[in-house]
Amino acid sequence: MLETIKEFASEFFVTGDPLILGAQVSIGLAMVAIVFVLTFFKKWRWLWTEWLTTVDHKKIGIMYIICAILMLFRGGVDALLMRVQLAAPQVEFLNAEHYNAIFTTHGVIMILFMAMPLMFGLFNIIVPLQLGARDVAFPFLNSFSFWMFFAGAMLFNVSFVIGGSPDAGWLAYPPLSELSGSPGVGQDFYIWGIQISGIGSLATGINFVATILKMRAPGMKLMKMPMFTWSVFASSVTIMFAFPILTVTLFLLFLDRYLGAHFFTVDGGGNPMMYLNLIWMWGHPEVYIVVLPAFGIFSEVAAAFSKKKIFGYKSMVFALMSISFFSFFTWAHHFFTMGSGANVNAFFAVTTMIIAIPTGVKVFNWIFTMYRGKLSFPTPMMWMLAFIPCFVTGGMTGVMLSVAPADFQFHNSYFLIAHFHHVLIGGVVFGYFAGLYYWWPKMFGFKLHEGLGKWAFWFWNIGFYVCFMPQYALGLMGMTRRFNEYNFDMGWQPINVVSTVGAFLMGIAFLFQVWQIAHSIRFLKKETNGDNWGQGRTLEWSIPSPAPFYNFARIPHVVEQDDWWEKKERKARGEADPAEVIAADTVPLEPIHMPKNSGIPIIMAGFWFTAGFGFVFDWKWMIILGLVGVVATMIARSFNYNDDYYVPVEEIERIEAAALKGAK
Amino acid sequence: MASHQQHEHQEQTHGSMKSYIIGFLLSVVLTIIPLVAVLNDMFNKKTTIVIVLITAVLQFLVQLLFFMHIREEEKPRYNLISLIFAIVMLLTIVIGSIWIMTYNAVAV
Amino acid sequence: MAQAHAHKHDQGHQDPEQLKQFGFWLFMVTDVILFATLFATFVVLRGNVAGGPVGSDLIEINGIIVSTFILLTSSFTSGLALLSMNKGSKQGLIFWLAVSALLGLSFVYLEVTEFIHLINEGVNIGTSAYWSSFFTLVGAHGLHVSLGIVWITLVIMQIAKRGITPATKRRVNIISLYWHFLDAIWIFVFSIVYLMEVM
Repeated sequence: MLETIKEFASEFFVTGDPLILGAQVSIGLAMVAIVFVLTFFKKWRWLWTEWLTTVDHKKIGIMYIICAILMLFRGGVDALLMRVQLAAPQVEFLNAEHYNAIFTTHGVIMILFMAMPLMFGLFNIIVPLQLGARDVAFPFLNSFSFWMFFAGAMLFNVSFVIGGSPDAGWLAYPPLSELSGSPGVGQDFYIWGIQISGIGSLATGINFVATILKMRAPGMKLMKMPMFTWSVFASSVTIMFAFPILTVTLFLLFLDRYLGAHFFTVDGGGNPMMYLNLIWMWGHPEVYIVVLPAFGIFSEVAAAFSKKKIFGYKSMVFALMSISFFSFFTWAHHFFTMGSGANVNAFFAVTTMIIAIPTGVKVFNWIFTMYRGKLSFPTPMMWMLAFIPCFVTGGMTGVMLSVAPADFQFHNSYFLIAHFHHVLIGGVVFGYFAGLYYWWPKMFGFKLHEGLGKWAFWFWNIGFYVCFMPQYALGLMGMTRRFNEYNFDMGWQPINVVSTVGAFLMGIAFLFQVWQIAHSIRFLKKETNGDNWGQGRTLEWSIPSPAPFYNFARIPHVVEQDDWWEKKERKARGEADPAEVIAADTVPLEPIHMPKNSGIPIIMAGFWFTAGFGFVFDWKWMIILGLVGVVATMIARSFNYNDDYYVPVEEIERIEAAALKGAK
Repeated sequence: MASHQQHEHQEQTHGSMKSYIIGFLLSVVLTIIPLVAVLNDMFNKKTTIVIVLITAVLQFLVQLLFFMHIREEEKPRYNLISLIFAIVMLLTIVIGSIWIMTYNAVAV
Repeated sequence: MAQAHAHKHDQGHQDPEQLKQFGFWLFMVTDVILFATLFATFVVLRGNVAGGPVGSDLIEINGIIVSTFILLTSSFTSGLALLSMNKGSKQGLIFWLAVSALLGLSFVYLEVTEFIHLINEGVNIGTSAYWSSFFTLVGAHGLHVSLGIVWITLVIMQIAKRGITPATKRRVNIISLYWHFLDAIWIFVFSIVYLMEVM
């Protein structure tokens, strides 16, 4: 008996690596500590009713952001481990298998479990507030999306200590990712982790398209929407059309592995190239999905801290939507070297170059927004300024890569690595940092400490260039990606050392940010003035910070683009508001219709996790348990007609009065 | 507010018996045409493929117009717009894959 | 309660039932992409039989023709259910929904029979790329239909319990839309997978 348990455990848990053992111990200790703290302070009920079952978009957003920061930590540690391994030739730090696992999880986590949730967090918190809405279109579905993301992320991360990590690269190309190439369970964790969180992402995309099209405040025509909301719309549309492709592609890979199908195998008529073709149909739009909202954030930040309307609003909208559209027509540039012939390569090279045009339009618009503006430079604006040169260089190397014949040289070299980190860090990460700093007071009622933020900013930026600029050179010198070691005679060592130093500078920058958040929570006092920066332009700044759970006591009537700014300007000039605005602002309070909290989403996601885990280890009872649970919770939802309630006027009056008092 | 009128329309937006019957009959005819063409080998291969695809698309339109009542949607026609976009994507996925993969076909 | 909130608007916001129907439409649009990917895979891999049997050797078109007409009829009857609902006839609504579900069930039955026939002939999902994509595409559609049957049953139960209310109405509207959609997908499965194979 004991022997069987021992044997099971030695296969079930990953053993034998001191680094992983350390991680296992610390995960175990952290879990014990969390359970202890919650029990000791009697917080279980609070956690369940206030957070785990919430359908409030602001709380869901905060949970997304917490997860994203934790994932940034894990992905960052992976990156540092890789840079240590590459700092010198033939280092015996990570063996080849471990190195493979780490670059795979680094990629997956950073894109799918860091960038995506950070993005969804900002979508959730800000979009309904900018629209003048009380929640998203489908609050229950929103909660479901979050918990699906969470279940998927946990399933993926657990592979690190149980069963073994996936190690076939972040997109898991077959035939390596097939059963013949990866017989372990790591690849199954990959499939189910991404599959489950992908369902959540798809639902979020649908939710935000519906929210933006149908939930706008009266008077807010599409062409009066804030730029961030436009960018969320562009991104959500792209999610809607791209994510089903991912779902199918991973499902086909699953069938290959689980039922012995022959989609992407090398025998039985399968074609591994088809996997590349399909996965990049999702993969290319995916990078635009994460970068478009960052563009929206920069537009908001640039306008707010220049005290000017965004330059070229219409061209900005046009650029966003055309990027979203064209992103579906460039996928083959990820595999120019596959041998699809000159016609295919030429077509996709040209579409790739075309998509750089609307992006260029946007850069000029941001610059012209700042031109002759009344500029100020708090942290969000600094990130915005850092973004422009970074993204332009990253974008230009992208155009270099789009030249198909030249790509044969750059393909899979460190030149490519440097390029996509340039656009993903310089565009996405800088963008979401700008958004986090900008909207932090809206979420929590206090700003983050500016001084520490500036330290973090400079460490990040200097570290970034020190880390990635050398990699362009390494790429041109012939260093290809995914090597875990190289020889002395290659002459790559000095440059690799520089790059590693840069990576650690970014690691220090992250520590500064953690310190900044901790310090701000501890020492900075709450401001309850809703317009925290004093120069907010859009509706989210017209309500208290943090926003009451129903957002708007009275739904505003919008007359202009940047409506809140215009309203303040009218007041400063002593002009009266238009009649319909006054009417909307003075209408007697009515009971507010709100959705009830629900435990179904977290339970359903738990069953998905169970089913996914069962599929990974092929434990039939667990698969059945999970799937039956999913169906049962769906039925429970379908039969539940009592899912909403009204907030009485007295309660609204009380909350509004308290917010007003705080503001004075 | 405009949205107040919306569910008064609800009653009329789901067609009549007549439109369902016409739609059904058209669908039956459009299923039989390609069937006859294929089973009797009436045309050469290329023509048959064209007939099959055209009748399939027509029948899809019949479903859309007579069963799903896409015409009766109020402005702005988000349903129609999203569907058209989906069809553009569908064609991109299918035709794009065929085009790219013809150069990468593996033997059998 | 449901009655109450369908008429009380949140100050200019959408009727919640209409909003949910729109959300469902968007979901269907994403389902179009899902099937597009499966069709693309099928079309690209259809020639790859790895020396094994090809579709035209084994497919029995007669059964497929029958199931095509069954599904077409059930799409029609689900429309009749909608008409009964708009006339306010609860009995008629339940009757036509039940008919649609039963027709759907016979469709699924025929499909399962066909799969069993094929497996007895010696082909399965692991035979070759062609059969992998065949079973996956046809099976994905069949799975959608099966889920639809379960769903219609649930909706019937709710109508029997609650009658025709805005909330149950929305459920019927959505399920009938879904049912028409599955028929539309089947047209292409029928044309591309079956007709083009046997000609």
